[in-house]
Order: sequence, then C-alpha cells, then structure tokens
Amino acid sequence: MTIEEIQNEIIDEFSMFEDWEERYQYMIDLGKDLPLIEEQYKTDSNIIKGCQSKVWVHAEMQDDKIEFTADSDAIITKGIIAILIRVFSNQHPKDIIDANMDFIDQIGLKEHLSPTRANGLVSMIKQLKMYAIAYQTQLK
Amino acid sequence: MFNVDDIRKDFPILSRKVNGKPLVYFDNAATSQTPQQVIDVIVDYYSNYNANIHRGVHSLSQEATDKYEHARQKIQKHFNAKHAHEIIFTSGTTHGINLVANGFSSLLKKGDEIIVSALEHHSNIVPWQMLCERTGATLKVIPMNQDGELIISDFDNLLSDNTKLVFVNHISNALGTINPIEHIIKQAHLYGAAVLIDGAQSCPHIKPDVQALDVDFYVASAHKMCGPTGQGMLYGKESWLKKLPPYQGGGEMIAEVTFEKTTYADLPHKFEAGTPNICGGIAFGAALDYMNSIGFDTIAQYENELLEYATQELLNIDELTIYGTSQQKTSVISFNLDGIHPYDVGTILDKLGIAVRTGHHCAQPIMDFYCIPGTVRASFAFYNTKAEIDALVAGVKKAKMMLA
Ligand SMILES: Cc1ncc(COP(=O)(O)O)c(C=O)c1O
Repeated sequence: MTIEEIQNEIIDEFSMFEDWEERYQYMIDLGKDLPLIEEQYKTDSNIIKGCQSKVWVHAEMQDDKIEFTADSDAIITKGIIAILIRVFSNQHPKDIIDANMDFIDQIGLKEHLSPTRANGLVSMIKQLKMYAIAYQTQLK
Repeated sequence: MFNVDDIRKDFPILSRKVNGKPLVYFDNAATSQTPQQVIDVIVDYYSNYNANIHRGVHSLSQEATDKYEHARQKIQKHFNAKHAHEIIFTSGTTHGINLVANGFSSLLKKGDEIIVSALEHHSNIVPWQMLCERTGATLKVIPMNQDGELIISDFDNLLSDNTKLVFVNHISNALGTINPIEHIIKQAHLYGAAVLIDGAQSCPHIKPDVQALDVDFYVASAHKMCGPTGQGMLYGKESWLKKLPPYQGGGEMIAEVTFEKTTYADLPHKFEAGTPNICGGIAFGAALDYMNSIGFDTIAQYENELLEYATQELLNIDELTIYGTSQQKTSVISFNLDGIHPYDVGTILDKLGIAVRTGHHCAQPIMDFYCIPGTVRASFAFYNTKAEIDALVAGVKKAKMMLA
C-alpha cells in the first residue's frame, strides 16, 4: 500500500469513534501492540529529543525500503508512534520525505501537532523523515 | 469568614472550560491564577499612567514612579524587611538567584564551598555550578531521605569554615516539603556563611519574616502568588547588597558616567539596570494586597484541609504511590500510578479539563533518587475546592482504567 492509502485506512478507522475516549483507548491499544524495538537499539543515540516521555526509534534498510521499529516508556506516545510507523515503515525513502501529514489533523490528534507540546509528535515526524533523507542520499 | 465560592468569583479564568469540561486548575505550583483585583490594576496602569519612571519631569512619570516605589514598600512590609531599598525588583526567582550567584563570583576563591540541597529546582542548581566553574569553589549537597526530607544532621556535618554560601528552597516544588530553614540559617551563620532561601514555593502559602529568619537573601516570583509573570523580588540584607557588585550595566543603575569611570547608583537602583517591568511591580504589590486581604493564616489552614482530603482520597486508589510524605508539607501532591507513565495520566486528565503538571518538575535529581521518570503533580491553591479534588480522583481512576 502507498503511504496515502494507509493514511486513508487510518482515517476510516478513526471515523468510527464517537469521542476522545474511544480515540485514546484505540491509541493505547495500538501502543500495547506496537512491535518492540530490539533491546540493543534502545540506546541514548536512538532517543528522540523533545519528548517528555522517552522515545527510541531504529531504522534499517531492507532492499530499497526503510523498516522502522520503536518504543516509548509512555503508552499514549507509543500509540502515536505506532500510527506513524504503520504509515512510514516499508516505504521508499523518497515517499517518506514527500509524505503529507494532514491526516493527523483528520484523526483528531491535531492537539499533538503543536511544536511546543511536550510529547513532540513533530519531533517524531522530523526524526523519521531525517532517517529517510539519510538513506535517500545513500541510495544516490 | 472564608467562603471559597466568593473567592472563586474573583478569578475570571476559573469559570472557563477546557476540552469541553469545566477547568480544574491544579497546576498552581507552576503559576497561580490572577484575581480581577490584580487584572484591574494592570489595565489601570496601561489605561491611565503608563510612563517611564525615575527620569521624567512630567506628571505621568511621577505618578508611575510613586506607584512603583509604593509597591516596593508593600513588598518590604509584607516580608518585614528593615529598609525598602533592601527589596530589589527582579524578573523572578531565577533572576534573583543569578543576581546573587553572579555577585559572589568576585567574593569566592578556590577551596571555598557552597552547599545546596538535594531538593532544589534546576534554577537553583545551575547558577551555582556555573559559579563554581568560574571561581574554583566546590558544591556540596545536603542529601534527602525516602520521605523527601533533607537529612539535617548531614547538613550540620557539611558545614565548615570553608562554607561561604548555603542555598536551599524554603519549600520543594516537586514534593511540597517544608524545609527547616530556621535551623539551616542559624547553623550556617555560626560559620559565617551567607544563606539564600528560594521562596518561590513558600510565598504563595506563608508569609516569611526576613528579619525574624535573619536570612541574608530571599527570592520570590509574583506569578506564583496571584501576580503577573516576569516579575519577582530579591530581598538582601543591606550589608550584603552593598558588598555585591552590580549584575547588569545600563540605565537606572548609575550615578555618574564618564568614559573613564562610572559610579553606581545607591540601592536598590544599583541592581535595577534598564527600564523595569513597571506594571509588573505595581501589580505584584496589588497581588500581595489581595492575598493579605484574605490572610495567610486562613489560606494555609484551608489549603491544609485540601491537602489532607486529597491525600486521603488519592491513597484510596490501589497501586498509587505518593512521593513526598513529610509531615511538614504544603498543598502539593506528587504521585504515580504504579507501572504507568505520568505523561499518560496527565494526558487523560487534560482531556477531562484537569490541569496538572507531569514530568520531572525541573528537579531531575529528586526523580533519580526515587528511580522514576517523573510524577503527576497536583498543587492546590486557596481557590480550589473539595469538589475539584473529587473530579481529580475520578479522573485518575478513569486514567487507570484506560491505561492499565
Ligand atoms: C522552587 C522554585 N525555584 C525557582 C523557580 C523558578 O521560578 P521563576 O521561573 O519564576 O524564575 C520555581 C518555579 O517553578 C520553583 O518552584
């Protein structure tokens, strides 16, 4: 699936929720299911800065696609990363770099997008895109 | 008679909604809310007599200067300082601490020692580390125990003839512990060391008497005591303030300037370079008037009731741990649900319109002591109610249900 197709799928899922509670409960459950990063990659250099909770991300190139794994010590944060990873993992670096992130707004998580918010969704997106840029330059 | 429903009418913000729910504001230790009486003073300043102070011949400037200096006297009276010029207007606690730390740069040498406590806010650690780097002095730390209290016998042992400065907060912002500053000041003085007390968290709850305490420096922020942000005060004993060199150069702080030499103005202006936050100073005075009109004994008594009620209700929740269990505490409760990150709890509470603080509260060493990433901190003010505490308890239960 393309990034856009996955985003639409997520928007569809979230459209079924009536209120914030259902949305958050879903994210919490996503967080619990997030495939964990291997312990060896939970290093300080893999921590995303700007988050009140700790977030680790590891990226690996498989063929010409990037595979992301991640973890966090806070469950809601983990749910948010789970969504991002679902969108970005197994995609070409260029598609990740070009991806439009408006869907965050459409699934009712706009409040997490403020650059000053302590959980730093913005930092997470930036970091994932940075990995894509790094791999893209390697590919060239 | 204290009536919280009447008090709440003074605070316009308390009737707003957040995320569709009535606001429950329990982040008072970070910043308190502002009563209409203080808002009116701010509006009046900008509407009627906004002018620069101390240098105008015109009436408006004179009016602003009078009000500003009158506010200084109110602060002097509130803290029972001997002289008005012992009150220096600052931008807040952090500014006051840096002013003193900077002043001591020229008074310290290698081998001198500074004692701080394990309960300090970052703003009370970093300036001393910087001072030590500049002067070669060393930093010693008073340790804490499991209840979040300073181990005072260890403090007594740290003191020596090398001790030049002792810095302790009156009340810990992360845990609410009231520190035995009377003892600390007395002991430090036996060795000729100066003592600075960080009153950021105490001044919203109690009325310190700087002469009775015999403290050398005392700092506070207006925004934690119903006043505006970006405003605070430093009290310093006259003899110390005369000894310390100025912090910043600029207008207001000079008596005479030639390119060869500048002579500094007298106290307090020596430490007040540039145009100050004039409105902020005046509003600070108004905030003190407001709090004194309620009375600090009344405030302390009511807040204590809230603390006891909230502690009891929260402890009824299984697998909830409170950090900071000293008998000497103000209305701050730092807690965690076991195995759940404080950020998650704070996020759910926010959705319910309940404002708490989560994280390390600028006191990372305390969190390291307990081996936790942070806490949820609910801090109560005299305008909070038991019904709001019930809402918090229900919110924490809901968060637990969703997150566990
Ligand atoms: C104990 C303590 N010291 C210092 C500060 C810093 O105050 P300000 O940011 O107003 O300078 C705070 C504020 O959180 C505090 O709680």
